Amino acid sequence: MRHLLDTKTLSRADALEILDVAEDMADTQQREVKKLPTLRGKTVVNLFFEDSTRTRISFEAAAKRLSADVINFSAKGSSLSKGESLQDTAQTLQAMGADAVVIRHGASGASRTLATSGWITAGVVNAGDGTHEHPTQALLDAFTIRKRRFGGGSRGRDLSGVKVTIVGDILHSRVARSNVWLLDTLGAEVTLVAPPTLVPQDVSAWPARVIFDLDDAVAAEPDALMVLRIQLERMNAAYFPTEREYSRRWGLDARRLEVLPPGSMVMHPGPMNRGLEISAEAADSPRSTVLDQVTNGVSVRMAVLYLLLAGERAGGPANDEREDAS
Amino acid sequence: MSTRTVLHEADIARALTRISHEILESNRGPDGLVILGIPTRGVALANRIATLISEFSGTVVPVGALDVTMYRDDLHRNPTRAPQPTSIPAGGIDGAVVVLVDDVLFSGRSIRAALDAIQDIGRPAAVRLATLVDRGHRQLPIRPDFVGKNLPSSSDERVNVRLAEVDGEEFVTIQGADS
Repeated sequence: MRHLLDTKTLSRADALEILDVAEDMADTQQREVKKLPTLRGKTVVNLFFEDSTRTRISFEAAAKRLSADVINFSAKGSSLSKGESLQDTAQTLQAMGADAVVIRHGASGASRTLATSGWITAGVVNAGDGTHEHPTQALLDAFTIRKRRFGGGSRGRDLSGVKVTIVGDILHSRVARSNVWLLDTLGAEVTLVAPPTLVPQDVSAWPARVIFDLDDAVAAEPDALMVLRIQLERMNAAYFPTEREYSRRWGLDARRLEVLPPGSMVMHPGPMNRGLEISAEAADSPRSTVLDQVTNGVSVRMAVLYLLLAGERAGGPANDEREDAS
Repeated sequence: MSTRTVLHEADIARALTRISHEILESNRGPDGLVILGIPTRGVALANRIATLISEFSGTVVPVGALDVTMYRDDLHRNPTRAPQPTSIPAGGIDGAVVVLVDDVLFSGRSIRAALDAIQDIGRPAAVRLATLVDRGHRQLPIRPDFVGKNLPSSSDERVNVRLAEVDGEEFVTIQGADS
């Protein structure tokens, strides 16, 4: 694997490899010494053109647990806010010797531009580009679902037959897009629930069912109900009348939590707007995986950085024959 | 191409029986032993040794697997290797006598990586090394405590260990450089 840009083009084998390596990474995080020497001497740059705390610190923790050096580069208070182009920034990072660049950008496709431009030789990890994709979030969600459902027997399994319902602002959500592609690749059945104004126009081409009523979705007993954040910063038009109305019709409140089967998990990528899309009862219930998702995020990002950076630059399949000669 | 079988199934069984007795002898019994295999085939061997020790001593010995992939010093020279699961027995390894088990001892670099991995997991009282085949050509000051068979070989020959649990067949061959 050279870059991780999206989940749409991620093969089932690659996705399962990331999830399985993440299992091993999660195991190492139970140890007395959590730091591994694996990426000593490698430099990971967090290039964040958009505000993000959770994703950035998650990548930072992942890189540091693998002993990589981390350089944080965020738009505020840097040359990026002085109007430097992506090309110049990228070439600066190249000159500094970055081995991997984790990029978050407001423009859809920015990470692909960076990866295919020839400006840098570093591996590129998309940490969210516009309304396009956020692949590591989808991978950590899939990891969380698999772990909750199969526990110790998770390794090597996909999500065949698992019913996942995603509710909220599908239109602006890169998390939803990445999840739809990845969950479909892994064999899960995806249902999207949203107000009609927040459903993308091209949704008929997605491998997912779309409904507009959350009560119907809850009654269908999904294995996982993923609640998306209402991104108030992207609400530049009247997508729904009031926050209260949204909360009443599409929020996961205590009443809907009651109806949801006991085995169903409640997921949220964070940060949560408590009382808007998710009630405190749902967020704090034992069925909530919100904190598991944060923990798993570090393991999954460790796996991605490992697979991108640990091997020789040419890449290629692992050669098991070497084991005997060592 | 010259391939020669150096250990047959019965030879492997005898070697493991002897190693198990030697471990018990040098440790003066089974107390405090933890057997850790290095994936892939070291884990199968570790399980067999632990079973044998339990039979001989009447005490169940904790056994586990220790993956060293993430501690290797040659990661950047080779294609990405997928790590294998590590499983440490519930009692941990603090104060224990850890016996590392690998199939072939060659450069010693896997064992160096294993020692680093052990350090991150706990502080054993001692670490011992058991290997089915020692073929020499050490690149580090590491020596095995328990050896199934010393197999002097040229560094461009290949030693192949096949075990029933992993490969469905069981023998050790040495393959000449001319192949």
